[in-house]
Amino acid sequence: MINLAVKPNVIWAVAGVFALLLLASIIVSLLQWRNPHKNYTELRQRVNSWWGMIIVFTLAMALNRKLSLVFFGLVSFLALKEYLSLIPTRRADRRVLLWAYLTIPMQYYWIHLEWYGMFIIFIPVYAFLFMPMRMVMIGETKEFLRAAGTLHWGLMVTVFSLSHLSFLLALPEDHNPVGGGAGLVLFLVFLTEFNDVAQYVWGKMLGRHKIIPKVSPNKTWEGFLGGVATTLLCSWLLAPWLTPLSLVHSLAVGVIIPVAGFIGDVVISAVKRDIGVKDSGTLLPGHGGILDRIDSLTYTAPLFFHFMRYFYF
Amino acid sequence: MNRLLRFLFFGVAVRTVVLLLLGLNVRHRERLPLGGPAILVANHNSHLDTMVLISLLPLKLLPRIRPAAALDYFLRNRPLAWFALNIIGIIPVARKAENPTPAMSSRAAKPVHPLQGCKDALERGDIVIFFPEGTRGEPEQRAKFKSGIAHLIENHPDVPVIPIFMHGLGKSLPRGETVLVPFFCDVFVGEALHWNGSRVDFMLNLEQGMEALEAEGGFAEWE
Repeated sequence: MINLAVKPNVIWAVAGVFALLLLASIIVSLLQWRNPHKNYTELRQRVNSWWGMIIVFTLAMALNRKLSLVFFGLVSFLALKEYLSLIPTRRADRRVLLWAYLTIPMQYYWIHLEWYGMFIIFIPVYAFLFMPMRMVMIGETKEFLRAAGTLHWGLMVTVFSLSHLSFLLALPEDHNPVGGGAGLVLFLVFLTEFNDVAQYVWGKMLGRHKIIPKVSPNKTWEGFLGGVATTLLCSWLLAPWLTPLSLVHSLAVGVIIPVAGFIGDVVISAVKRDIGVKDSGTLLPGHGGILDRIDSLTYTAPLFFHFMRYFYF
Repeated sequence: MNRLLRFLFFGVAVRTVVLLLLGLNVRHRERLPLGGPAILVANHNSHLDTMVLISLLPLKLLPRIRPAAALDYFLRNRPLAWFALNIIGIIPVARKAENPTPAMSSRAAKPVHPLQGCKDALERGDIVIFFPEGTRGEPEQRAKFKSGIAHLIENHPDVPVIPIFMHGLGKSLPRGETVLVPFFCDVFVGEALHWNGSRVDFMLNLEQGMEALEAEGGFAEWE
């Protein structure tokens, strides 16, 4: 028997997620059965990709901490690679990009060491100072500011922001006796992703008034507020099982996550619109690329992490 | 033994690099051939091009896949020649037809056609990978196609020619660089082309097919 690295509450929560997913699969099959002429391929692909993602995520979280770090590092790598493949990079900067990739193992190594001081300044300070220096050594000044700026923005989003998720695993376990680090990660990831789904579903059902038509024409006030209400309810119900959050704090987090998730979503949408693509990639059928899936997390992860750290650790 | 090494090289090493370090966005995968004979025609930016094209096809077809490659480049020394011939499985093509190297011309009075190796492979039912630009050239810029491919298809009019446009590998590993930098690679597979009775028309069709695939991506120039 493998010695699982998580607490019983987390296992129950994961079982709940799988039950929810099973329900989604059954609903899609029923829809197809009721309306045989309608095409549900995209919905089906979406749910199937969720199965894949959640199985991989569960395995990575359950086996041990090192494997979880490698998994999150891999997600950062895929996201950064997607970002650098989308944006117009300069030919001269080819070698600089290699350094950008190298920040990933370093950033996750600080987390492995539980070295908070380095973790929190490495990308914003050291990488920020190093990359332009390396570019200057190559000597191409045309479009220099654009290249340095876009590269650092990508590192902040795909490496720095996202790595906050893993640092939840490095927080001292005894501060969260009910769920441990894995409980916090599951709580955050579940609320963020479920909020995405809820905003989408509410928007499809009731959506009338566009919220930000220039950036994301499918986003509506009804979807957004429905998502906030759903996530607030989930946060209130789940917080006592997975986190040390008090009632008031669980309600605060229940608002922070859906609002921040929405903002992360539309920020990445704006980037895609600027570049002129609909999806960031094709890695996850039905969803698009990896950036399309983690866009909300790039905002919720740092905010949730610092909320927890300020009040509880 | 070499067959096993080739299988391991493409089945394990190449696939790991291509899927993990690079990552592919493949469009119209269903247009790839299910078996030989066939010719895959692609733009050429990087040594990785051949690796990616070979990993697009199922491993069970590996013994059938033969990339046409420059004899003067790949057979320039013995270790490289062994690797190119046995592991990559290239068909050596002499790029300067007027000046055939001894390896190709032998002692026969009549010089061997530079594409004879490709013709033999198609005769055996192999899948030939062909880069009509003839060289990798400037990264992410497509050069004019040479007409050797039209000659080849004229001799094998029943063989389908599948144009494939690739983008991104010239950024990952351009000519003259030794360090691989990860980028996603876009691979757009076109509709199969067939011999239409005229070399000029065939080349025109091929160029147009390639341009259409390139336009599908709408890629910015890499400067």
